[in-house]
Amino acid sequence: MRIVVLVKPVPDPASGGEKLGPDGRLDRAAVPAVVNGNDEYVLEAALRLIAEAGEGEITLLSMAPANAPETLRKALAMGATRGVHITDSALAGSDHVSTAKVLAAALGDLEFDMVFAGIDASDGVGGIVPASVAAHLGLPFLSYAARIEPDMAARTVRVRRISATGYDLLEAPMPVVIAGTQALGEPRYPSLKGIMAARSKEIVTRSLADLGLDPATVGGSVATTSLLDSRQPPARAATEVVRGTPAEGAARIVDFLAERRLI
Amino acid sequence: MGALWVVAEPGADGAIARVSAEAATLARELAGSAKRDVVGIVIGADPSAMATELAGYLPVVWAITDPAAAEHAWSAVAAAHLANLLAAGDSDVPDAVFVGAGADGRDLAGAVSALTGLGVLVNATAVAWTDAGPAVEMSAFGGKLLTTSGFTGGRGIVTVRPNVTTAAPAAATGKVETRTVEGAAALPAVRVVERVSEAGAQASIEEARIIVAGGRGVGGPDGFGIVEQLAAALGGAVGATRAAVDSGWVPYSQQIGQTGKIVKPELYLALGISGAIQHKVGMRTSGVIVAVNRDPDAPIGEFADLFVVGDLFEVGTALLEGLRARTG
Repeated sequence: MRIVVLVKPVPDPASGGEKLGPDGRLDRAAVPAVVNGNDEYVLEAALRLIAEAGEGEITLLSMAPANAPETLRKALAMGATRGVHITDSALAGSDHVSTAKVLAAALGDLEFDMVFAGIDASDGVGGIVPASVAAHLGLPFLSYAARIEPDMAARTVRVRRISATGYDLLEAPMPVVIAGTQALGEPRYPSLKGIMAARSKEIVTRSLADLGLDPATVGGSVATTSLLDSRQPPARAATEVVRGTPAEGAARIVDFLAERRLI
Repeated sequence: MGALWVVAEPGADGAIARVSAEAATLARELAGSAKRDVVGIVIGADPSAMATELAGYLPVVWAITDPAAAEHAWSAVAAAHLANLLAAGDSDVPDAVFVGAGADGRDLAGAVSALTGLGVLVNATAVAWTDAGPAVEMSAFGGKLLTTSGFTGGRGIVTVRPNVTTAAPAAATGKVETRTVEGAAALPAVRVVERVSEAGAQASIEEARIIVAGGRGVGGPDGFGIVEQLAAALGGAVGATRAAVDSGWVPYSQQIGQTGKIVKPELYLALGISGAIQHKVGMRTSGVIVAVNRDPDAPIGEFADLFVVGDLFEVGTALLEGLRARTG
């Protein structure tokens, strides 16, 4: 079983310090990078499937700036087999369109049964790259996965896709692209052994030339979107604090909601 | 001059998703200032009911019938049709395509972007019109920053966050036209083996106008009883923090925050939620935030509008009585 997991280094959302640089792009130096939270969930799902199958390998694929291997090591420490790091100065300022094109090109050079991606990334929160990657490759796309059940003998995979009323059970022939949610189950913490092992795991670095992509066709110079303006949101009004008996607190909430016609 | 398109997603029970009705309202109002036509598009095995509903919001609706949508995931089927419509290259080609920012809308936007090369601006909270096309406002970094972006080529796809406007029908009902599309775009269909309704399935938190959410302070699955009762009394949905979801007290579909959903209800009532950054990024743009927490130093006290310091069960029970007393 060969699984490729798409991994995005993102500014640590817990830092609260994310900001844009003067060029209107994410200031990646402002806060430490971490593995995108939803990517850890799909990596965990991949690790469990490999363990259940008793064989297989997981390749991490990341399009990211040159310092990304530090972040990728953390995902390798969870148990992935190797990493592929796509980096090229021409990729700075890439939009969704470029990112999907580059990831699809990189996947074209890899062998896999399934590609896993997190349902969205905590910095962009667009949630559209995995669907674009699948469309570029002409592969079935199964999204909002709460459970992933591959059948290697039949070379099919079933996915529970979260719906408004429950879930849809989807089925498609491999290879497939799957975007997974946190419902897949909580990711493990890397063990000390895993951290040690990750130090010597292979991270292959590839450039646009390696992928056979013309730098003029991707990156900031051909971005389909551009930032026009950014500003602080209007400040919230000061907090009204109520200390008193439960009845007093509840009465104030009722009045507060009634004043705003919420009840 | 291009039109504005709105693609409606299927909602529950054969209706259009509420976010689609909201996106249609937003696009119709924008079409006035942009001096452009606005067209709705529905794609389904039997799109007539959805088309009729969408025509309540828009002057023209194109209905595209594809039997494959009955037993296959909607987004791949719809994306191929939409890409073919966009590739038709005639005067129909739009300046902006609006879809919802929920599961189906995101899947559709991603696939159509790859098939057509069109850019996508995501999670719009407002859209204005400029000489260079749509100017799309979104909330970044968990609500810490508001940005406005445009398309370098003047046109593209916009995913619209739920609850950014109130769905309002048009003064006059529009007409429904049947369309068939020819074209080369195709995506592998994904078979739906089974559509399963789960007894515990809750109201969608992304579309809810009122959310009552519980965190670690609720203490356990039984503790969510008060959260559920208050949600029912207020006509809202139940939300939860990651801690409550990871503990198995509430299904993942209800999780709000960094690895869950981003919501913007009119009222967010937080019970036993400390307001850690991972949760805050999912709800800080809510209209009104009311918090009940025993800890007077809980971070949520820094950004709630009303912060009641107290035991969530005691205050919650009293609140339930108060709400019931009002409604009789």
